Amino acid sequence: MAQAVDITHAAGHGHGDDHTEHGGHGHAGTGIENRKLMMWLFLASDCMFFGSLIATYMIYRNRTSDLGVGPYPHELIDIPFTSVSAFVLLMSSLTMVLSLGSLQKGNIRNSRIWLAATAILGSTFLGGQFFEFTEFYHEGLTLQSNIFGSTFFTLTGFHGLHVGLGVLWLLTLLFVSLRGGLKKENAMTLEIAGLYWHFVDIVWIVIFTLVYLLPYNEEVSSGEHAARGQEIAQQLLRLF
Amino acid sequence: MASTTAHAQSSHAHPTLEAYVRIAILLAIITGIEVTIYYIPALQGVLVPLLIALSAFKFIMVVGYFMHLKFDDRILTFIFGSALVVSIIIFIALWTVMYFDAASVFNANMSLLPAKPERP
Repeated sequence: MAQAVDITHAAGHGHGDDHTEHGGHGHAGTGIENRKLMMWLFLASDCMFFGSLIATYMIYRNRTSDLGVGPYPHELIDIPFTSVSAFVLLMSSLTMVLSLGSLQKGNIRNSRIWLAATAILGSTFLGGQFFEFTEFYHEGLTLQSNIFGSTFFTLTGFHGLHVGLGVLWLLTLLFVSLRGGLKKENAMTLEIAGLYWHFVDIVWIVIFTLVYLLPYNEEVSSGEHAARGQEIAQQLLRLF
Repeated sequence: MASTTAHAQSSHAHPTLEAYVRIAILLAIITGIEVTIYYIPALQGVLVPLLIALSAFKFIMVVGYFMHLKFDDRILTFIFGSALVVSIIIFIALWTVMYFDAASVFNANMSLLPAKPERP
């Protein structure tokens, strides 16, 4: 049994958390380093947070035209521009993982370079989002203008906030690294930041598809939705 | 016991840096495909399932490889997977209710049963 516990303990050592054996950060009963487990629990809660925001957006995404108050999504959304933003954020995930990989191999110089690249790419994405928001605002879309404005700015705004906090985190780690505080022994610190950063990327993967790429249905009115809903509800009632 | 040992060993088997680059190239290509099919009129009929499938694939690749979930302890997969399942259930439930327009489907008591006729 003791051997089994030891093996489970070893399983928790993904990489670079050797310092935990020196009393830095303990392990939970699961054999996973506490900070890593906490980050995954946070990401799970954040997943539900974004799930709710995305669900709200999807519920209302085709209702803007029904209310007759523009501007409408198909008039504003710029697919080529957003595709570049999506590509930039995707590549930042690569640079993040390269930074972590370099640190785990003890190559601190490369780790710093890739970490700086990640922060730059994240900032580029934020710049693109700021440009997009400004463009939309000049076209008349605000949080109050219509359902599309409210749900779009809330969803993408919260994602942008996450990216902004991620960039600040990365820059802080870069500063710590430049002062010699980020070494192979405490690579777990960078891995946890990486988990957050990759999560921000996967949220954008979903937003990019559901908000930008899925075509907006401008023809089905809420009246038709209601008629179909009533018809199905009546069929269900007849079954009982 | 043997499975625990195998699991412990697999926890350390991470992709090489070259493998990460290959995965990133694949993800970039898929993003390119997503954008390309958006502009192909012939694919409009299957656009939605196609885009969702490609997006799900990218999601799984990033979570599995970049976030190391494929190589880490399964309890982490359970934690994140549970949250994902709850999110999807909330999404489906909300979307279903709103798609059928709650105001029209439900009566004043928010019940699917038809409203009782008023007594004279």
